[in-house]
Amino acid sequence: MYVAVKGGEQAIDNAHRLLAEERRGNPEQQEISVAQISGQLALAVDRVMAEGSLYDRELAALAIKQARGDMIEAIFLLRAYRTTLPRFGYSEPLRSDRMQVRRRVSATFKDLPGGQLLGPTFDYTHRLLDMTLLDDGEPSAQPAAERVGESSDGPLPRVVDLLNDEGLIETETPADERDVGDLTRESLTFPAGRDLRLQNLARADEGFLLGLGYSTQRGYGNNHPFAGEIRMGEVAVEFVPEELGFPIEIGEITVTECQMINQFQGSEQAPPQFTRGYGLVFGQSERKAMSMALVDRALRASELGEEAENPAQDEEFVLYHSDNVQATGFVEHLKLPHYVDFQSELTVLRRLRADFETASGPVPEAAE
Amino acid sequence: MRRQEWLSILAQASPKAVADAVRTVTPQPSYKLLRAPESGMIMLRGRAGGSGRRFNLGEATLTRCSVKVDGGSIGHGYVLGRSPQHAEQIALLDALLQDPSHHQDLWDAVIAPLAKARAAEKDSKARKTAATKVDFFTMVRGESE
Repeated sequence: MYVAVKGGEQAIDNAHRLLAEERRGNPEQQEISVAQISGQLALAVDRVMAEGSLYDRELAALAIKQARGDMIEAIFLLRAYRTTLPRFGYSEPLRSDRMQVRRRVSATFKDLPGGQLLGPTFDYTHRLLDMTLLDDGEPSAQPAAERVGESSDGPLPRVVDLLNDEGLIETETPADERDVGDLTRESLTFPAGRDLRLQNLARADEGFLLGLGYSTQRGYGNNHPFAGEIRMGEVAVEFVPEELGFPIEIGEITVTECQMINQFQGSEQAPPQFTRGYGLVFGQSERKAMSMALVDRALRASELGEEAENPAQDEEFVLYHSDNVQATGFVEHLKLPHYVDFQSELTVLRRLRADFETASGPVPEAAE
Repeated sequence: MRRQEWLSILAQASPKAVADAVRTVTPQPSYKLLRAPESGMIMLRGRAGGSGRRFNLGEATLTRCSVKVDGGSIGHGYVLGRSPQHAEQIALLDALLQDPSHHQDLWDAVIAPLAKARAAEKDSKARKTAATKVDFFTMVRGESE
């Protein structure tokens, strides 16, 4: 337990002034603008939107600037801001099959209709620091190439739907009669449905999911994954305003989707088939989408009649520890004054120590 | 449905393009706000596996506005982001587009060019993406003789 203490107002005020000065950095350097962060640190902005669970590039960029690049602090700021806004409603489910795809790869099918589109990827770069970027100069690279004539503009069907004539891959059915759980409105109860799990994972800490996903690959709940399809691009957001009664597009957002295909031996209820894990994340974040898909599949263990004996398969463990705002709140609260708690522990310890010495003679001095 | 189409096109256009379009309307219409521009959020939904059970993915900011043109129709504006002016101007154009005396002019002068600009932008993006398409060829292994 921590207790309120008085005093220190001047120190706190000065600490915040010092923070503001440090945030600004060297005043001889130009101040970084929110538009620059949004445009040039775009993937940092994507992460803050995803884990802050609020899609707004400008606000996420502002949060990064204010937090001095501390991502979890920025995510915290965005989460706090969203509590000040009213909710006008719910979108129609996003249609990733109608995405304007900017990247799409499959590790399972080489010749898929529409092809493998690498898009703006770090893959196949040599991971050598590019010293030309040190010089603030215009990039020496050529502008992006364009391929005329053949356009990939038409919607690309999802690989898992397309190449499943034999029904060897599990199919997903809509089940729209079921309510959609919302963990921002009601607290988690277990077992949580897949809807709540996916909502939790979509806003979960990328590092936590990456570690858990990795653990499944290393044998802690292995489910033999293949990246059936990863796609990134823009999807329209459709909304039905009450006064109109029909859906309109109100804009578009960037998302990354991962369809993981996993070996499954079958159970008493289900024949042997490939099962699926799903990842869907705001912005361009393949690492997060892939990790999410691995963990989603691992969390389906009990549904599929598998032994759930590893951390990634343990729903309570995963869902209760995945949120970095909650986690940082509880870890960091340890630095708040615990003076009274500690004093009482000291008193208890002194008494125990005295009892111990009475019973067994004086404690020897520490070794020299 | 054309209303659905123009509302979508206006929401997907840049705020500046919509503001420029409003400026071309003569005479400038007078209207009152039924619901002043207001920013809030919309919960975005996905489906498990893309086609399965619905789930809440996360929220997005959204601005809405409703206007009534004097002696004319009611218009509604909805747009992602925090953009009060954009939402108000969509609502105004929505009201005017329902008015047969404005409709065709506005469609030709505003909606059609915005739709064309958006198509061009999507096309350019698609061509850049298409240039990154992998052309596989089969490596011939040398032991087959």
